[in-house]
Amino acid sequence: MPDERKIILRTSGLTKVFGFGRNKTLAVDHVDIDIYESEVVSIVGESGSGKTTFAKMLLGLLKPTEGEIYFQGKLRDIGSRKKRKEYWKNIQAIFQDPYSSYNTFQKIDAVLLDCIRMRGDGKLPYEKKVELMAEACSFVNLKFEELTNKYPFELSGGQMQRLMIARIFLLKPKILVADEPTSMIDACSRATILDFLMQLRDEIGMTIIFITHDIGLAYYVSDSVHIMERGKFVESGTADEVILHPKGAYTQRLISDVPKIYEEWDLSTVEYSS
Amino acid sequence: MKHTLQQVFSSPRFVVGFSIFMFIVLTVIIYPLFVRADPLEIIGEGTFFEPGVYVSVYDSIGSSPYTLKLDDAAANRIAGKLGDEERLAMQEWLVAYGIPENEIDIQDTEKLLDQWVNNYDPTEKIEGMTNAERRYFQRLDESLKGVLATEGVTIAVENTETGTLEEVDSVEQTDYVNISQVPNVRVLPLGTDNFGRDVLTELVSATGTSLKIGLVAGLVATTIGLILGLLAGYIGGLVDDVIMFVTNIFTVIPTFVLLILVTFSVGQEYRGAMTIAVLIGLTSWVWTTRAVRAQVISLRNRDHVNLSKLSGHSTTRIILLSILPFIASYVVMALILQISTAILAEAGLSILGLGPRTTEVPTLGLMMNWAMIYSAHLMGRWWAYFPVLLVIALIAFSLNLMNTGLDQVFNPALRE
Amino acid sequence: MENVILEVNDLTTKYITRYDEDIYAVDHVSLKVEETKSLGIAGESGCGKSTLALSLMGYYFPPLHYTEGEIIIDRRNISGMDPDEIRKSILGREIAYIPQSAMNALNPTRKIINFIEDVIQAHDMYVNKKEIYERASGLFETLGLPAEVLQKYPVELSGGMKQRTVIAISVILFPKVLIADEPSSALDVTSQKMVIKMLKQLLETGFISSLIFITHELPLLYNVTDDIMVMYAGQIVEQANAKEAVFDPLHPYAKGLMGSIIVPESGLRDVKLTSIPGVPPNLKNPPSGCQFAERCKYVRPVCKAMSIDLRDLVDGRAYRCIIPEDELRDLYQKEADQNAR
Repeated sequence: MPDERKIILRTSGLTKVFGFGRNKTLAVDHVDIDIYESEVVSIVGESGSGKTTFAKMLLGLLKPTEGEIYFQGKLRDIGSRKKRKEYWKNIQAIFQDPYSSYNTFQKIDAVLLDCIRMRGDGKLPYEKKVELMAEACSFVNLKFEELTNKYPFELSGGQMQRLMIARIFLLKPKILVADEPTSMIDACSRATILDFLMQLRDEIGMTIIFITHDIGLAYYVSDSVHIMERGKFVESGTADEVILHPKGAYTQRLISDVPKIYEEWDLSTVEYSS
Repeated sequence: MKHTLQQVFSSPRFVVGFSIFMFIVLTVIIYPLFVRADPLEIIGEGTFFEPGVYVSVYDSIGSSPYTLKLDDAAANRIAGKLGDEERLAMQEWLVAYGIPENEIDIQDTEKLLDQWVNNYDPTEKIEGMTNAERRYFQRLDESLKGVLATEGVTIAVENTETGTLEEVDSVEQTDYVNISQVPNVRVLPLGTDNFGRDVLTELVSATGTSLKIGLVAGLVATTIGLILGLLAGYIGGLVDDVIMFVTNIFTVIPTFVLLILVTFSVGQEYRGAMTIAVLIGLTSWVWTTRAVRAQVISLRNRDHVNLSKLSGHSTTRIILLSILPFIASYVVMALILQISTAILAEAGLSILGLGPRTTEVPTLGLMMNWAMIYSAHLMGRWWAYFPVLLVIALIAFSLNLMNTGLDQVFNPALRE
Repeated sequence: MENVILEVNDLTTKYITRYDEDIYAVDHVSLKVEETKSLGIAGESGCGKSTLALSLMGYYFPPLHYTEGEIIIDRRNISGMDPDEIRKSILGREIAYIPQSAMNALNPTRKIINFIEDVIQAHDMYVNKKEIYERASGLFETLGLPAEVLQKYPVELSGGMKQRTVIAISVILFPKVLIADEPSSALDVTSQKMVIKMLKQLLETGFISSLIFITHELPLLYNVTDDIMVMYAGQIVEQANAKEAVFDPLHPYAKGLMGSIIVPESGLRDVKLTSIPGVPPNLKNPPSGCQFAERCKYVRPVCKAMSIDLRDLVDGRAYRCIIPEDELRDLYQKEADQNAR
């Protein structure tokens, strides 16, 4: 049955090599991926698997050593600054550590005002801008009047991460790359963050690419999952396929190593190694 | 910002260093307002006058005298002329003359003087006495004349027409003048140097010049270091390679040698204070560049920088807003260190004679240079070099103390 | 009831800030751990679980100060003991503590065996190096660590290996109680599993008499510990055996916490994760009444008026809420039904 969904982002043989000579490291090894519009994709891997490097290349923050990236069917061209700015209207990111995502010397209003400018609404009168910022804040259950003119260190971690989502609300990109968005958030607040992201997907059809080491999270939110090991995709499929019926040995081991509460967690298969 | 300033001023080391430094700066600014003398003005004929209060003898004669009867006046007068050394010398001569030693009591001033006056004969040839010693005793004798006298002296002025001396005034031994009523009194707390200049005024002016040189040199070095470090660290690639290549060249050549060669080739006529400052700055930016570059490299992969890029900011804007504020504290500390190093470098250059032209302004290094050339240290003329050393040391010390204090403020891990 | 190895009654400790403010990080905590049993302490950042771990050792240094309460290890009351006495006879021997990221405590310039020698000699045990080596390699082999590790430097070992080494060293004097604070958080899942297995083995083989496991990851506690204690704002809010705590929590905070667990198991995709709005209270100015009241869905006026005590139920179960247990279960059931629709 032909897949009628449109592919929004596609890579072919994407590779990244760091260093040269004897110190060469192959961080991302000829990866092919098809990402469909409005899909929630998770790229799962342990630390050192290359998933963050891969994400940075998708975002255009890192130049690939080899391979091509296709955006909306056409070869991506971010050669000039103008073209990069155009690309970034369509793809944005949320990072893991809410504290380091902010410039501690600027008030948090600056973050939102930058987004307004990027949308092309920089010339609007200030009251109109405030309206937009208040709307974005209320989407994530924050009150703009309480936050305006504050510095990042005056907010809590959860508030800062939610403000990052408010930023996404203002920009409404087609693709969002979320790099471990909840790993530094308290468990009680995680669901809120995930709910907001899902809401954006439902309302504006935003594609979400989760980068995570938490396979439980990947199972909970994603439509499709890719397991990454040492720069390569070792297993891909829908969430149910990959996690409930894993085929590869690495995937199986990864899943069996996560503690379970409904099923029995088998500790006997552990082999000691250094 | 305010919070940072509060923290900075609650660090004890910073406050102490800052106070010392400000004290020096304020002295440099305020002193010339009260003492309007040209620091390079030669006021002493002769070298290395000792520190003290110099009163014009001529004017003190003209001032109205006050009569003070002090018991110890006579004793002080004699003690001034007859120290232990002189008494022993007199005893030596008298013994050599033939007077039995047990008859001489050097503590009994009157008797000793009596014996001397009655017996001393400058023409007497004593065996084993050198010419120099003979002249010494002659001088001693001269200076003793009138030491026990109680009469005053008479001041006479030569009548230009007749050529005779006409009495004008007389001065009694009990006449005293009030210094504040004497028109020409010069306090020289640090005496004069080899040229005869007031060391204190010269020192204040020299400190000012050295501080200016330090500031200019420090600013030049830090600005160059900051710009090169930012560009090399953030842009990377070819720009980084080129800048690092140049930096490495400057690292391999010892800066001080380079400085010497450059100032030497600039030539005497062009060596003004500001020229020297710029030259010092142009040869000492290496360390700052390296340090800034390292910091920038670690900053450029931070999330907020990436987010800035994703928000479409230009490279200049990212460097200025997302990188620069994070290294600002570091740069301030680097600036302080560069100023300190520059002042020491200028001192070093001047001691070698390669400093600013000696005819324009004095600098701390030049003062050291003159003191050394004229052997002040060998002659025990401590006032010509020791205060200068102290000021150089205090400036460097206070700046470094400020730096340590700042370091503790910005790097909480170092706090005790 | 088996032998109670660790008994804590009303332990209260506080931090004194440099502005002379008192922060009660551990507020009247009582617990009991029996021989061969393990207790898990769950809670989020700032709830006081790490401070509790420190406080249990009886070894206080500023800004942490002991206020009141008793700590009894194997019938020996150590609260109020002289710090030197505690260091010599209690730490390492009666009670051992593995702090978070303990593997970073290994001196990078010395071999593992040197570290073990230091530990043993610091406890005034005059054993020669050969005996130490034999004892250590015996212990390591039993725990599944190769004896070559002893001759290696920390930098030559992986993260998981280092953590297991540190755990092995901490039990070398066979303490009665082992407190592990987030022993596996910084590790990848495979190393984490190995650490967990080792801890369970220590308990099963009798190297340690009891285990206290502190973490914010509830699935770990469910698989490792017999009982679970949930802390919030320095107080215990729920205490039950592992199964009850995870599947039948009573305190609204515990309920919310259990509802936010994510595991890669079938059926989970259809469950709605719960989340609790707001943030924990600032312990510098704790609110009057129930500490959780401002975030609680079921709050009533009386909750903010008076401080709430732990309500004891049968079998050592307890929770800190004014609402009776049946009413709470009813409320939870109603909510679950609503969500299902």
